[in-house]
Amino acid sequence: MKDLHQFLISPSQAAQQHGPNDRIVMSSRVRLARNLREFSFPGWAKKPERVKILETVLPAVSALPEMADSFAEAMDNLTALDKQILVERHLISREHAAKNVGSGIVLNREESFCVMINEEDHLRMQALRPGFQIREAWNAIDRLDSALEKKLNFAFDNDLGYLTACPTNLGTGIRVSAMLHLPGLVLAEQINPIIQSVNKLGLAVRGLYGEGTEALGNIFQVSNQMTLGESETAIVERLEKVLAQIIEHEENARQMLLEKKKKVVFNHVGRAYGILANAHSISSKEAMNQLSFLRLGIDLDSFPGTDRALVDELFLTTQPAHLQKQISDKLTAEERDLIRADMVRERLKDVSRPVTK
Amino acid sequence: MQCCVCKEKPATVHLTQIVGEKMQKLDLCEECAKAKGINDPTSFAMADLMLGLGASQELDPTSGAVEIKCSRCGFSQADFKKSGRLGCPECYHTFAEGLAGLLKTMHKGTRHTGKAPEALRKSRETGDRLKLLQKKLNKAIETEDFETAAKVRDEIKGMSGTTSSKATK
Repeated sequence: MKDLHQFLISPSQAAQQHGPNDRIVMSSRVRLARNLREFSFPGWAKKPERVKILETVLPAVSALPEMADSFAEAMDNLTALDKQILVERHLISREHAAKNVGSGIVLNREESFCVMINEEDHLRMQALRPGFQIREAWNAIDRLDSALEKKLNFAFDNDLGYLTACPTNLGTGIRVSAMLHLPGLVLAEQINPIIQSVNKLGLAVRGLYGEGTEALGNIFQVSNQMTLGESETAIVERLEKVLAQIIEHEENARQMLLEKKKKVVFNHVGRAYGILANAHSISSKEAMNQLSFLRLGIDLDSFPGTDRALVDELFLTTQPAHLQKQISDKLTAEERDLIRADMVRERLKDVSRPVTK
Repeated sequence: MQCCVCKEKPATVHLTQIVGEKMQKLDLCEECAKAKGINDPTSFAMADLMLGLGASQELDPTSGAVEIKCSRCGFSQADFKKSGRLGCPECYHTFAEGLAGLLKTMHKGTRHTGKAPEALRKSRETGDRLKLLQKKLNKAIETEDFETAAKVRDEIKGMSGTTSSKATK
């Protein structure tokens, strides 16, 4: 069995990945839900049936050229910590992390494809890209799906399209999403009207870890909700348009803040720097929220010479499981807060106080 | 206004849910509302109710006692209400009637217009074309345009010869 931690790209390398508009769009993702015609859905199938599905799907996915040299494992072979790290990397869902026997994961070397086996559906295939690249992600997952349909008999109905465990995913089985960093809209108090108008367009806005989670660190996920009655390309194009507008609103909000509410911005950026560079105990939640304003400060040139990758790396390494992984002893939450603060102070020791002009 | 479930008592519970741009309305009497588990409007999912009632909302409550189960996987409507998920791909046929209303509230349309597995793409296109021609034929007959009708009929005949016998349902 491959060691997940040797396999995964290091947090510093992960933070170095760049894509178009990555100031605001942290990453893009397209996932497709697929099921095998002859089996029950994972939530209803009994354990032996789930194991059989896994034994059918896992080798088929691993054998694809795109998945060469991949990390392919049954979920029961992963520790709770491994699973949590995969969640913090946004490679698997929290729901999938709770799975054991009969579920699996196939992740490719570049971490551009990750397939969850027996999550809510038999297959949840995802293409991941840094920055604003949802079209590229769709093209990639479309190719993977076309290659896979030659080996697996997908459940498909002429009228209803791809059949999924939950009717909300029926048809295309597609979820196109982007993770957005929107501190400008939050500070300008424009985020709620934006969320409302995005909702009205039939798109969902969620927090950092998907369904039912809060928007820690001013990070929001925008995705389509409807999957039936509209083609994949139409959905991708709609998302592209809406995302381009949100990006523009965020840029405008930042500009407006600098022109009219400079003090508000500098206050948040300065306090964030003060806390992160000096705290001796900090929770992951507070770290996320302060790192967000540090990131905004870097975008607004308050920290000349400091790369955004530094913050993006800390976004990952301050998460509970990532932090725990660096330390051999099992830590309590309080102990983690101390070590987290030590690590952040150390990483920020060469970053000078923010320039506020 | 009458209760849309029992069709006897006056409706005192009125539910409106807007999903996207579509609006669904239900009018229930107090007893039926309770029976459907609607006492806390915030925790209520219209979709579940719609599924229970069926697309037409005219399901006779006396005959509704017979529970439908998927012949392939044994999944029941009650299971769906519990989990919001279906048992197997075949369930979509088993519960087709109840699901139709639900899908309407949930999605942009009720017919898939996107990608299809390559093996099915051809038969799918043929099927679409046949449906279109059939419509054309019916219209031609209705308007007594027999010249067009004959042409369309021949086209359909020509096509059915080429339709793959593997065409899916």
